[in-house]
Amino acid sequence: MQVTLKIFRYNPEVDKKFHYETYTLEAEETDRILDLLEHVKGYHDGSLSFRRSCAHGVCGSDAMRINGKNMLACKALVRDVGDRITVEPLLGLKVEKDLIVDMEPFFDNYKKVLPYFINDSPLPADGRERLQSPEQRARFDDTTKCILCAACTTSCPSYWGSDDYIGPAALVTAHRFIYDSRDEAAAERMHIVSETSGLARCHTIYNCTMACPRDIQITKAIGELKMTSLTGKLD
Amino acid sequence: MANVHQFEVVVVGAGGAGLMAGLYASRGAKTAVISKLYPTRSHTGAAQGGISAALGNYEEDKPDWHTYDTVKGSDYLGDQDAIEFMTNEAIEAVLELEHMGLPFDRTPEGRISQRPFGGHTNNETGKPVRRACHAADRTGHMILQTLYQQCLKNKVNFFDEFQVLDFLIVNGKTAGVVAVELATGELHTFHAKSVIFATGGHGRIFEVTSNAYAYTGDGAAVLLRRGLPLEDMEFFQFHPTGIYKLGILITEGVRGEGGVLINGAGERFMPKYAPTIKDLASRDIVSRAIYTEIREGRGVNGKNYVYLDVRPETVNKYAAMDGRTNPDGSPYTITGEQVLAKLPDIIDFCRVYLGVDPLTQMMPIQPTAHYTMGGIPTNKYGEVVIDDQKTVFPGLYAAGECACVSVHGGNRLGCNSLLDLVVFGKHAGLRAAEYANQADYQDLPADAEAESMSQFDTLRHGSGKENAFTISTELKKVMFDDVGIYRNEKGMTEALEKVKALQARFKEVCVKDAGRIFNTELLNAWELGNMLEVAEVIAACALNRKESRGGHSREDYPNRDDENWLKHTLAWKQDGKVTVGYKPVTITKYQPKARVY
Repeated sequence: MQVTLKIFRYNPEVDKKFHYETYTLEAEETDRILDLLEHVKGYHDGSLSFRRSCAHGVCGSDAMRINGKNMLACKALVRDVGDRITVEPLLGLKVEKDLIVDMEPFFDNYKKVLPYFINDSPLPADGRERLQSPEQRARFDDTTKCILCAACTTSCPSYWGSDDYIGPAALVTAHRFIYDSRDEAAAERMHIVSETSGLARCHTIYNCTMACPRDIQITKAIGELKMTSLTGKLD
Repeated sequence: MANVHQFEVVVVGAGGAGLMAGLYASRGAKTAVISKLYPTRSHTGAAQGGISAALGNYEEDKPDWHTYDTVKGSDYLGDQDAIEFMTNEAIEAVLELEHMGLPFDRTPEGRISQRPFGGHTNNETGKPVRRACHAADRTGHMILQTLYQQCLKNKVNFFDEFQVLDFLIVNGKTAGVVAVELATGELHTFHAKSVIFATGGHGRIFEVTSNAYAYTGDGAAVLLRRGLPLEDMEFFQFHPTGIYKLGILITEGVRGEGGVLINGAGERFMPKYAPTIKDLASRDIVSRAIYTEIREGRGVNGKNYVYLDVRPETVNKYAAMDGRTNPDGSPYTITGEQVLAKLPDIIDFCRVYLGVDPLTQMMPIQPTAHYTMGGIPTNKYGEVVIDDQKTVFPGLYAAGECACVSVHGGNRLGCNSLLDLVVFGKHAGLRAAEYANQADYQDLPADAEAESMSQFDTLRHGSGKENAFTISTELKKVMFDDVGIYRNEKGMTEALEKVKALQARFKEVCVKDAGRIFNTELLNAWELGNMLEVAEVIAACALNRKESRGGHSREDYPNRDDENWLKHTLAWKQDGKVTVGYKPVTITKYQPKARVY
């Protein structure tokens, strides 16, 4: 089948402002949008720039807007998005070139929530694992799936409209540790996410949940954090 | 040289091995970790099924069994001292990951859960043993995240999206590396006492692969250009179960949970090839079995694929026939919900890419290029050794998939890759810091960036008669077809000639993007140069080894030949040609014998 691929282009070394270029390509229904971008880069214009690595939805490199929705280019198939395809960079982060955005502010927000396991208590005397029941493990399973692709955060109107909101991805990371029965810094993290730059900026719009390529129930996770923030209870 | 940095230890690559090395090195020395990707994009994150350690959380297991299984899996080419070292460190390594917060799945008692995997056996009964420690089917993702998080906690210095282009040698010792910052196009020189390469593999040279775009053999190619040897490059693993055509990995954990392979005639065929452990035989054996079925006309609809079936009714039927039991002795059964809980990503991949629901349909699969057994020669401490005399190159280390210790020999066992990168990443980091503490910096050469600039200039000033993408496509096809699962003299000779012709054509490539900011055209062309270098070495070494062993399977020499070939290959690139040497295999307890599963 034939598809029309319209791609956002911006090269700061040449262009005063962005423009779009349109390519007509032969494609299979099962082609990934990433395959189409690779084809354009390989045979039409080598300067087209985008990030990619694993090509099957687990590394988080190639989040972009496809027909207006945040997706991973390697997980969106032609049959899912149709034969008229517009590809644009994520919103809310500075465009560096074509589909590449500045990820530093995103990772800066991630780093704010103490995104690492904290437990300064002595290890079990036998040196073995800290015990955790399957139920305790299941409590935070969903938020361990995050690949930091930024699809959620950059789909969030509150993030677009705010200078300091840490965004849903950072809250997902906070959730992953706060509800881990082995971690000891839940109170400290709750303090961080309860600042005005945190939970208060979430207005339950659900864009994040819709955008997540890992199907994490982000709005639910943020809701749980809000409840803990109100009640002080982790259960 | 505008941008010069000085670190005692520089780690190149930020996957599992690089992060582990960075974490340990930074405790003893000023350390930087440089990666062409953001660390969390690294290919460790794609590992699914588990990490091996004889924890014995469900049933009896011991490091000795793990050692023997690894030796047998390697087809006796693995160095047994290094394998013993790794399997003995395994328990501590996995527990350390748990202590770092890694969210392993749990047993009912709250311990780390384990599942069966290919080639993991109880050495007394020969039956599968639960040795693969897992976090659903995203164990690699959790290891990568956990290690990155611990690096942030310990304030490790990162240079994200910096591509290392060259390794600097002064007075025969390590002096540093040169890298390009992708965001600006500027070259940076990292002056260092110790350099650790943890740059991953090179599966992208094959047409059908589970590997990330980033897997272009950069580390191996950079060192090869600087005159260092590579070891056992003819050994590449083809994983039996990649998604048909796409090559996306379907973890062996599917078969660990009871999934079986089914041919076009609807028969379960693995019992013919591995009567005792059937679908859980070593990967090389299962991949060849699939190809044999296909060649003998039992592919599905005459095509080059078979099915992997994890539908609960199938699993339960064959588990009953095999007499498989739970740890408490009750018959093993599984429900659709349990399959979904244990293998959520696999189910998702099949639904997204194939429109197939593995809970109700069979998955079309074919072998996919998966893992680089060969690589930069090291000893068990991660020190790079440059000849057959165990001579260490001062200040140079390698760990993870880019390295060849060799613990995997001719064929890697599932779950030993994650173990490898944690164990040897740690020891490379420790050794590199130790060396840096007693060594001096070598003076940087005045023209440190010259080699890197010259490589880029060449790419920018080709005639433009050739297209890099076309060359890349042709390379992948010839390597997959003729230096793939089955190999022979004629095919490999032609492949080697083809690769050399492609190298010549590559000189006519011209990178048209003249910009500096995120010049991915230039980066990809440079990566293609690396792939062409590495592919030539692989084809030459494969042609040279006249026997079949592990993943290296020759139709014209179908048997293992211990008398002549129980030895490692070393390969150098000299005067534009690959030269080959050898070094002995270390054998401690296990004398080579026939390999039966």
